Amino acid sequence: MSVYEKLTPVLTKRWLSPDAWRIDVYERLDGYAAAKKALQAHPDDLIALIKDSGLRGRGGAGFPTGLKWGFIPQNDGKPHYLVVNADEGEPGTCKDLPLMTHDPHSLIEGCIIASYAIRANRAYIYIRGEAVHAARRLRNAVQEAYKAGYLGKNILGTGFDLDLVVHSGAGAYICGEETALLDSLEGFRGQPRLRPPFPATHGLYASPTVVNNVGTIASVPYIVLGGAAWWKSMGTEKSSGPMIYSLSGRIKNPGQYECGLGITLRELIELAGGMQDGHELKFWTPGGSSTPLLAAQHIDTPMDFEGVAAAGSILGTTATQIFSDQDCVVYATYRWLEFYHHESCGKCTPCREGNYWMVRVYRRILSGEGTHEDLDTLLDTADNIMGRSFCGLGDGATSPVTSSLQWFKQDYLDYIEGRTAPKLSAKALAGAH
Amino acid sequence: MTVFSQEIQDRAKEIIARYPEGKQRSALLPMLHLVQSVEGYVSPDGIEFCADQLGLQKANVGAVASFYTMYKRRPTGDFLVSVCTNTMCNVLGGQAVYDALTEHLGVGHDETTADGTITLEHAECLAACDYGPVMTVNYDFFDGVNPDGAVELVDKLRQGERPQPSRGARLCTLKEMSIQLAGFADDRDGAVADGVAGDPTLAGLKLAQKHGVSPKGFDINTPIPTAEKKA
Repeated sequence: MSVYEKLTPVLTKRWLSPDAWRIDVYERLDGYAAAKKALQAHPDDLIALIKDSGLRGRGGAGFPTGLKWGFIPQNDGKPHYLVVNADEGEPGTCKDLPLMTHDPHSLIEGCIIASYAIRANRAYIYIRGEAVHAARRLRNAVQEAYKAGYLGKNILGTGFDLDLVVHSGAGAYICGEETALLDSLEGFRGQPRLRPPFPATHGLYASPTVVNNVGTIASVPYIVLGGAAWWKSMGTEKSSGPMIYSLSGRIKNPGQYECGLGITLRELIELAGGMQDGHELKFWTPGGSSTPLLAAQHIDTPMDFEGVAAAGSILGTTATQIFSDQDCVVYATYRWLEFYHHESCGKCTPCREGNYWMVRVYRRILSGEGTHEDLDTLLDTADNIMGRSFCGLGDGATSPVTSSLQWFKQDYLDYIEGRTAPKLSAKALAGAH
Repeated sequence: MTVFSQEIQDRAKEIIARYPEGKQRSALLPMLHLVQSVEGYVSPDGIEFCADQLGLQKANVGAVASFYTMYKRRPTGDFLVSVCTNTMCNVLGGQAVYDALTEHLGVGHDETTADGTITLEHAECLAACDYGPVMTVNYDFFDGVNPDGAVELVDKLRQGERPQPSRGARLCTLKEMSIQLAGFADDRDGAVADGVAGDPTLAGLKLAQKHGVSPKGFDINTPIPTAEKKA
């Protein structure tokens, strides 16, 4: 079987049609057929369908979507909400922006079906502030959908009402964490909430809320159209369906490759035309910088939720950043730490202070003034952040630190013992960032 | 006399109406974008305006405004130039781009040129790693940039030109962009249609097309199983 047969263009397929963001073109390409079909079904049957499909969240955690929908209490007299997490910002991740830019109606259609299933009459798409062109297209699509009767009162004559608002964030990575996102959407600083209670019962405005990623919701119309069995014909037993792998870095053709879950990095690199000339694979992230780095020996790891976990990392957002022997893993980790330090919301002391100090230790090492003790300090700090913060940002920050020390300790020692020339100057040490 | 016109006050009301009754605080983020569209930053007047509209204390509004990177605390230039210096863009040359712009413009992070045209910043991951290194002007993308190209770009901006972004819409000013961020449509004729998908976006699709690959067995008439049938 050729590697090309691993490609499964489903969610990305309409991107080839340059005007698919317009409602008339979208409708010609099966658009809104799923909404029409779903609104004739019983909401519980839709939840069962999504459960049967095995769809798991595409935002990184991989939680079963149907199960999440099923947690919403029914007949509780409270308003229900659907909130789409479109705050794409995990370093390396770049799949939701093209989807919303080139096929915004598929997300809206998914919102209609999901809202109907969980009995929500209001839905919000919380889109990253910087994603301005995606937001333009999305807002335009929402207007078109209202005009065509897919949104608003009595949708398609079924008696179902749905209002959909596109809400732009304002530049805070933490708002991609679902409870921080809810706080932000309520008009507060985006800081994570203590759980329990979970959003399923106490989400937006303390009401039952489903928070799903863009890719998750955009998958729903296809499952409604093609059925659970068809969806499960792609991917692996526990990780069903297609997934958009976002390849970046030292490969010949970076980009978006939608394949069945479980493809390997070796196959992805082959799809991407191989490594760039003169570059040899050294380290990579399976799904963003918050997922522990893997090394060249993991090139045949199946990239589904189970396979990557067995290799000691996390599938995450399948943001596959590929680095070569010409990239410095210590510097790469340092730069990610600068990011986590900047983006820590400050609520939890281990994350706020730990990242601040780890950045300083990295600067010292990269300036040629590190000590062997610094490596113990890094591990100790990471150990004190891991599991001791409200949300995953803190845990995520430790991923590149501990994994790079696990696979590439020698690279650190080379700085400390003077075999690698300092990468940062004394100016950086003074805190020039 | 307030700097916020009747039109802005009407827009503030429109923003509030997007959220359920009694939950008007949800309007705060878009409203901060709105006041930024008037002054180019969130000024003390802007904070007071939001507080008045939403029945909040100024301190509550200030605490939120200072949390988010996109709300600027000092007057900005017409063009916000953001260079991604997160790891991937960084190693692909983004740091060199940022350093070159710093030197050429004579400003550092979150600083504005004396002529008031450009505010420079280094940005965290902008979700376009397959196009790296990237920079944005008022958040629209310029892909695969290098130091010389970036310097040329900002020089054009300073000379009053508006180069076309690689994928997004034609450029507007940061104030004009902030109206869109507040949730209002881009009413420039044709701007929504601007921008085509680049090669990386279509990389996998074109391969599948070339090799005639598509998922098998997709039938849009597949019935949705009902609970009765299953039982």
